[in-house]
Amino acid sequence: MMRRLGAIGSLLAAVLVVTVLGSWAAWAADGRPDLPKPKGEQCIDTVDNMRRGHFDMLEHQRSLTLRQGIRGAKVSLKECVACHAAEGADGKPIPVNAPGQFCQSCHAYGAVSIDCFECHATTPKGADASAQR
Amino acid sequence: MTCPNTNKDRRQFLAGVAATAVLAPGVVLLTAPASARAPGEPATSANRWGLLIDTTLCKSDCTACVGACVKEMGLEGHDRPRTDAQYIRKVTVSDPETGHSHTLPVMCQHCAKAACIEVCPTGASMRRADGIVLVDRHICIGCRYCMMACPYKARSFTHEEQDNQKSYLPRGKGCVEACTLCAHRIDDGREPACVEACVTEGQGAMLFGDLADPASKIAQRVAKEASSRIRADLGLEPAVRYQGI
Repeated sequence: MMRRLGAIGSLLAAVLVVTVLGSWAAWAADGRPDLPKPKGEQCIDTVDNMRRGHFDMLEHQRSLTLRQGIRGAKVSLKECVACHAAEGADGKPIPVNAPGQFCQSCHAYGAVSIDCFECHATTPKGADASAQR
Repeated sequence: MTCPNTNKDRRQFLAGVAATAVLAPGVVLLTAPASARAPGEPATSANRWGLLIDTTLCKSDCTACVGACVKEMGLEGHDRPRTDAQYIRKVTVSDPETGHSHTLPVMCQHCAKAACIEVCPTGASMRRADGIVLVDRHICIGCRYCMMACPYKARSFTHEEQDNQKSYLPRGKGCVEACTLCAHRIDDGREPACVEACVTEGQGAMLFGDLADPASKIAQRVAKEASSRIRADLGLEPAVRYQGI
């Protein structure tokens, strides 16, 4: 009895693994987020490096900017937003953390929450911002 | 044959440009209180940004500085005066014996020995090399010790989730915040928004400048005229000085 139950258990587990892997493979093949096109021609680093390390770059730079007052650095969340915020049909920028937008769609795909935009502006504020940088 | 002449003209032109370039920084130093820092350059202790506020010029019904700050920093409140964020406020002081009363703007005093920095358990309250006291919201845990420690009641707590923040002033729920002396403007070579509004809309009671630069207007005025600090007895060495209180 126990053996039979064990066999059924392994069979169920195998089916589960196959189903999960199968569905994951299908999702990965065509389910990657479709990211809005950035405004700029080129990012500050290669796509691979940006995918793998943008959070480290931003975390490093945030202290330099805030605590040391270094402005105009290569890495800048403000510049990320300025380049990656898409424009809606009304010509107004769409927040980068809105569903389907650059930051949010990739973070949803990776199941990683974004804390940046609890505080940081999600749209470029070139029009009404009084600061130049 | 035309080449030597052309070169001479070019040299003369370049010499003229060089002379202008030598003169220009001097002119800028005399007129602007701050000059924009080059990209990549950190703030240095060569500067000590401060304010001199002549309270005899500050009109009781004028709130130009407060309005300018709210607009600049995007501090739209929720009609809850006791808890809405305010970086600068008008305080009325009166002498009960004589009945004389007047108002003055009070904001973060950007103390050299700031109590907020002393009590902060995470190091979020910090002082930039040029004397500007800031909150590093990345590591602020919202404990509000600094709000209790500050004798100037300069800090606010963000109680609500925020959106539509200014790109130069990130702010969010659960963090303490205060006047940044418009660090984003200073780094850009401009004056704080309150000072600008006081000059254009108000009475010109506020003067911004570099206390560490003997050639600056503020340094010359505090060297020649009487000024005081609020609660100077605490020895916090604020960068904001007042006249007429």
